[in-house]
Amino acid sequence: MIGETSTNGHHPSPEVVIEFRDVELGFDQHLVLREVSFRLFRGETKVLFGVAGSGKSVLLKLAMGLLKPDSGTIMVLGQEVSSMPEAELFELRRNIGMVFQESALFDSLTVEENVAFRLIEEHTPPDETRHRVEEALSFVELQHTMQKFPSQLSGGMRRRVAIARAIVSHPEVILYDSPTGGLDPITSTTIVELLVKQRDVYQTSALMVTHRLQDGFIMATHRYNQEKQQMEPVDHGVNTNTSFLILRDGKVIFDGSAHELRGSTDEYIKEYIS
Amino acid sequence: MPILSPDELAKEKVAAVQEYSLLAGHSVANIFRQPRYLGDLLIQADLIGVGSLPIVTLTGLSIGAVLALQTSSTLQQFGSVSLTGQLVSFSMIKEIGPVLTSLMVAGRAATGMASELGSMKVTEQIDAMRALGTDPMKKLVTPRLFATVIMLFFLTIIADFMGLLGGYIVAITLLGLTTQQYWTSAYQQLQFADVFQGLSKPFFFGFIIATVGCYYGFSTKGGTQGVGRSTTQAMVASSVLILIFDFFITRLLIGVFGR
Ligand SMILES: Nc1ncnc2c1ncn2[C@@H]1O[C@H](COP(=O)(O)OP(=O)(O)OP(=O)(O)O)[C@@H](O)[C@H]1O
Ligand SMILES: [Mg+2]
Repeated sequence: MIGETSTNGHHPSPEVVIEFRDVELGFDQHLVLREVSFRLFRGETKVLFGVAGSGKSVLLKLAMGLLKPDSGTIMVLGQEVSSMPEAELFELRRNIGMVFQESALFDSLTVEENVAFRLIEEHTPPDETRHRVEEALSFVELQHTMQKFPSQLSGGMRRRVAIARAIVSHPEVILYDSPTGGLDPITSTTIVELLVKQRDVYQTSALMVTHRLQDGFIMATHRYNQEKQQMEPVDHGVNTNTSFLILRDGKVIFDGSAHELRGSTDEYIKEYIS
Repeated sequence: MPILSPDELAKEKVAAVQEYSLLAGHSVANIFRQPRYLGDLLIQADLIGVGSLPIVTLTGLSIGAVLALQTSSTLQQFGSVSLTGQLVSFSMIKEIGPVLTSLMVAGRAATGMASELGSMKVTEQIDAMRALGTDPMKKLVTPRLFATVIMLFFLTIIADFMGLLGGYIVAITLLGLTTQQYWTSAYQQLQFADVFQGLSKPFFFGFIIATVGCYYGFSTKGGTQGVGRSTTQAMVASSVLILIFDFFITRLLIGVFGR
C-alpha cells in the first residue's frame, strides 16, 4: 500500500494521495463538476474556494467515494475510488477522516460515543478507546462535553466534535467541509489553528473547503509551534505545504500556491481575493 | 415536484423496485457476514418486541373476544355453540393472529424505522457512517431485520394465545360454555398444518416490515417533509404487501397441506 516515509512536500517527487482526472458529475442534466483535475500531495493542505453551489461539497464526497462521478477517475491513496464497489470502499475510508459541512454527528449518541464510533467499530480495546477519545476531545478543547448529546451543543462546538471524530484514528488524509462556516471570527481562528496543528504535528494531508479567504491565508502563513503550544507566523512568507484551488461553476479556474494566487491576473480571481 | 412523463415514471418505479430488492438481498446476506452487531440487535429486539407487547396483547384479547361473539351467533342457528372454541382457534392461529400482529407491528416498527433512518439520511448521518468506514446495511438494516422477524414470531404466538383467552372469557361468561368444552374444541381439531401455516407467516411479514421500513428510510429525500412522507409510505406499503402476501402464502400452504 502506502510508503511509510512522510515526504512532506520537500521530496523531489512527492507522493500523490488524492488525484482527480477529468472528473465530471451532473445531477438531473445539470453539470455540477466539469473536467476537474488536480493532485494533492502527502503532507499538503489544499484550500478549496468557490462561491456557494460551485460544487465544493460534491468534490469532497467524490473523494470519499460517497458519490460516483459520471466520468473521469479519482485515485485516493493509490486506489481508484471512482470504480470501487461500496463494500471495498469501507476499508479505504478508515484511512480518511471527513468533517461534514453540517457536522453530521449521530444525534442519538453522546459526544463521547460519536468520537469513539470508529474506534469501537474497529474493536479497539476500551481503555485505549477512552484514552484516544479524551486525547481527541482535548485537542479541540471539549473534554468537558463527553456526556452531552449533540443537540445540547452550540454549532461551533458541534463542528469541533466533528473534527475530533475525524482525527481520532489519526487518518492519513482529512477532508474538511467548511469547518469555519457560519462561525464568529474568534471561533473560526481557533478552528483554523486546530487544522494547522493537525497538519504540522501529524503531517496529515488535507482538502479544506472554506468560504473565508483569511482562513486559507492563515493556513499558508502560519505553522504550529509545539513547544509554545500555539500557532506562529512562518519566517519567510509562506508555507510550501499549503496550496489553493478555486472552483467556478464546477470548473477549476485556479490551482497553485499562495504566491501564484496573489500574482494572478485573472479578473475573477482578483475580485475574489480582494 | 415536477410532473413526470409515463415512461419516466415507469423507469422510476422499476429503479425503486430494483433498489428495494438490492437492499432486501444485502440485508439477508449480511446475516452471514462479519461484523455482526449483536448489541444493536438486542436494542432493536427490545424496541420492537417488548415495545409492541402491550398493543399486541390488547388487540389479541379483544379480537378473540369479538370472534367468539360473532361465531357463536352464527353457530347458534345450527345449534352448535360448543364449536366456538374451534372456530376461534382456527381463525386466530391460521389467519388473524399473524396478520393482525404484523399490521400492528408495521404501524409501530416500519414507521419507526422509516422515520429514524430517514432523519439520519437527510442530516447526512448515513453518509457520515459510510465515511467512518461502517456499512449502514450491516449496522442499521440487518439488526432491524433480524429483530423484527424473531420478535414478530413470538408476538404472533402471544397474540394467538391472547385471542384464545379472549374467546374463552366470552365463552364462559356470555355463552354459557364450560372451560372443558371451550378448550377441548379449541385444540382438538388443530393440526400441524394449521400451526405451521400460522407460524410461518410472521417470517415473511417480519421481512416485509423491516425491509420496507428501512428502504423508505434510506430513500428519503427533501428534509423534514420528506421524512414524514417516507413514514406514511412505509406504513401503507408494508400493510398492503402484508395483505397481498398473506393471500399468496395461504394459497400456497393450502396447496401443500391440503387444508
Ligand atoms: N444530492 C444532490 N442532488 C442534486 N443536486 C445536488 C446534490 N448535491 C449537490 N447538488 C447540486 O450540486 C451543486 C453543488 O453543490 P455543493 O453542495 O457541492 O455546493 P458547495 O460548493 O458546497 O456550496 P456551499 O458553499 O454552499 O456549501 C449545487 O447546485 C447543488 O444543487
Ligand atoms: Mg458545501
